[in-house]
Amino acid sequence: MISTIILTAAVLLLTILLALPLGRYMHRVYAGERFWATRLMGPVERGIYRITHISVNQEMDWKHYAVALLVFNLIGGVFLYALLLAQGVLPLNPLHYGGVPSASAFNTAVSFTTNTNWQDYSGGSTMSYLSQMLGLTVQNFLSAATGITIVLPLVRALARHKTKDLGNFWVDMTRTVLYVLLPLSALFALILMEQGVVQTLTGIVRADLIAPFVSGGKTVLHQMIHVGPVASQEAIMMLGNNGGGFFDMNDAHPFENPTGFTNFLEMVAMILIPSALVFMFGHMVKAKRTAWAIMIATLVLFVPLTVVSEHFELLGNPLLTHLGATQANMASLAGGGNMEGVEDRIGAGASALCGSLATATSTGAANSTYDSFMPLSGGINLFFMQMGETVFGGVGTGLATVLAFMIFAVFLGGLMVGRTPEFLGKKIESFEIKMASLAILVMPLLVLIGTAAAVSTAAGRAGALNPGAHGFSEILYAITSPANNNGSAFDGLSSDTTFYNLITGMAILFGRYWPYLPLLALAGTLAGKKKIPAGAGTLTTHTPIFIGLLVGVILLVGALNFFPALALGPIADQLAPISTLMH
Amino acid sequence: MIKDIKTALLLFLVLAVMTGLIYPLAMTGIGQVVFPHQANGSLIRQRGHVVGSSLIGQYFREPQYFWSRPSATSPVPYNGAGSGASNLGPNNPVLARHVAARIKTLKAADPAEKGPVPVDLVTSSASGLDPDISIAAALYQVPRIAQAGGIDIVTLRHMVQQNTTEPLLGFIGEPVVNVVKLDLALHDRYAAAHEATVSPTKGPPS
Repeated sequence: MISTIILTAAVLLLTILLALPLGRYMHRVYAGERFWATRLMGPVERGIYRITHISVNQEMDWKHYAVALLVFNLIGGVFLYALLLAQGVLPLNPLHYGGVPSASAFNTAVSFTTNTNWQDYSGGSTMSYLSQMLGLTVQNFLSAATGITIVLPLVRALARHKTKDLGNFWVDMTRTVLYVLLPLSALFALILMEQGVVQTLTGIVRADLIAPFVSGGKTVLHQMIHVGPVASQEAIMMLGNNGGGFFDMNDAHPFENPTGFTNFLEMVAMILIPSALVFMFGHMVKAKRTAWAIMIATLVLFVPLTVVSEHFELLGNPLLTHLGATQANMASLAGGGNMEGVEDRIGAGASALCGSLATATSTGAANSTYDSFMPLSGGINLFFMQMGETVFGGVGTGLATVLAFMIFAVFLGGLMVGRTPEFLGKKIESFEIKMASLAILVMPLLVLIGTAAAVSTAAGRAGALNPGAHGFSEILYAITSPANNNGSAFDGLSSDTTFYNLITGMAILFGRYWPYLPLLALAGTLAGKKKIPAGAGTLTTHTPIFIGLLVGVILLVGALNFFPALALGPIADQLAPISTLMH
Repeated sequence: MIKDIKTALLLFLVLAVMTGLIYPLAMTGIGQVVFPHQANGSLIRQRGHVVGSSLIGQYFREPQYFWSRPSATSPVPYNGAGSGASNLGPNNPVLARHVAARIKTLKAADPAEKGPVPVDLVTSSASGLDPDISIAAALYQVPRIAQAGGIDIVTLRHMVQQNTTEPLLGFIGEPVVNVVKLDLALHDRYAAAHEATVSPTKGPPS
């Protein structure tokens, strides 16, 4: 347990140390400042604007910005859908896969365009290399950049006053890809390759087995080893909070996550940009202390839940001790804890940590099988998503949701003392509260109605692999994850059915775009307001009291909405007495 | 609106070419030049043949080899063209049945061993391709291999140690033993011993 706690602390500390300069760097990039980075990449950036006829200084109001984003996403989605259907006749397909079936192609296109990366297909045995590169990797970049363009107008609205201008979507998109995502991914891909992540255009390597064996009456002499252009995709899938793996088993596959060190860096990569965005917000709005308050609130929510999850995973499965296995996690011999669905080089503790990070952010990558987690640890994964991706949250969308929650918190604070609430100098009035509430409450509605629909229909219930309360958890997870654009799964559920393709596809679309419009409308009105100087009665947004209020609001909304469902799933599952299971 | 659609289309094409073709192909080029061993799968070659990858586990069932962890890939265990997990929940009776059967098989292969079995040896990994076992799981198998393979315990423990990777800085990763490399070393020993017994004139018996 101690080494797991040190690991957790190291991941968080390193992330913050890297996020501080990155946040400042991003602030300078989006401000269009001239400094080393823009001097270096400036010619490329200007070249792109020339080809695409974008005028850098033309600002957009919230409606124009929203239309630009939606049109851009729609084009990306249609392109991906077409590419997946046609991959069978296109080049870079060494394993000769046919076109992806249309239902699955639709689900995948929706899922990758929205940064969800819910995968109803098995990665390694469906996608041609062209689809992996020109289809999925492209959307890994663009959907992450889209996430950032969701929060940028909101932050600018708080920084500016008496204006309609919220920035230029095309410029924001270009700068995010060019200055932030591409260089970070290239650097990260190099480190991953050095550690053993594959990067080749070869399809399969044939190995002569060291010890041939007999399986199903046939002697197996060879092992076919699937390789591919993995490192380039792995890097952006973690940095961009995408999480859709190259191979079936995602981040648990040794070619995606070959060592303890890659696992460490991949965990940092998941929370790096969400954290940097918080500090960028501090620079842009000139509210560094409020930025730290967000960071601290995040850690207050993240650390205790994660430690509980790690604890139960390291404790192991009492059922297996009963059967005669030892699960002691000895520092020198290792291999202890709940090891079903866990890789030895990663270990049970780091798997629980990775699970928390992947569900707290919208990454959804998995270096272990969450379905086989101890019930409470799996339940904590669920709860991280159900808090609306506010704890670190997705790239961009996380901070946007936190800002909505903060507006909600100052409103509550204002109610308590009977004053008109203000947030960073902006008066919060009924329109803002309506928009913030809409942005926050769409997700619980989707999850609860979706889960109810799934458990009350035969088609929904048919998907579950595990019996009893755990089966219910599988279904709850399958609706929660797409609705939060997370994409991780309790993989036992058979989700490539018409029912689940339809319901998850809808949850993804509504979960992504429904909160988006109220958030942008919120940005629109906030930008138009004047900044009023803080007075004696202003609720400051960087005090411990405010951090407590923010944490309370996030917990309350999550808990009130989802505790009944969690009690029926993970909590009931954890409490199931072993005696009833042994027969 | 029409202008926006045109801009969106152009920008999408430019960014797609940059991130979907130039970036991955450039990375592939760099990987092939700078890290050719890793970028191609950390393959192990012997006499010109690929015998496996040090990162992808193999299935071993003969008593004179270290056994890997159970694998849930189909149709055969350790199918390197796929990957897969059991996805069984911790309270699922099927999991209990699987684990009980694996413990029975291990005990049957070495009736003298009375202690509890290290858990990673009876649970399937997430990828189904885990190349490693814990040190506890390796040491547990040493007596069986000593007996079946005719190698003394001290040598075996030394071989285990040679193929052990310690965690970085003590907390990043877990201490693990690479079964592929370890069994390859065992295989070479057995092959050498076999050659020595078949044609004793060629060299001294070991």
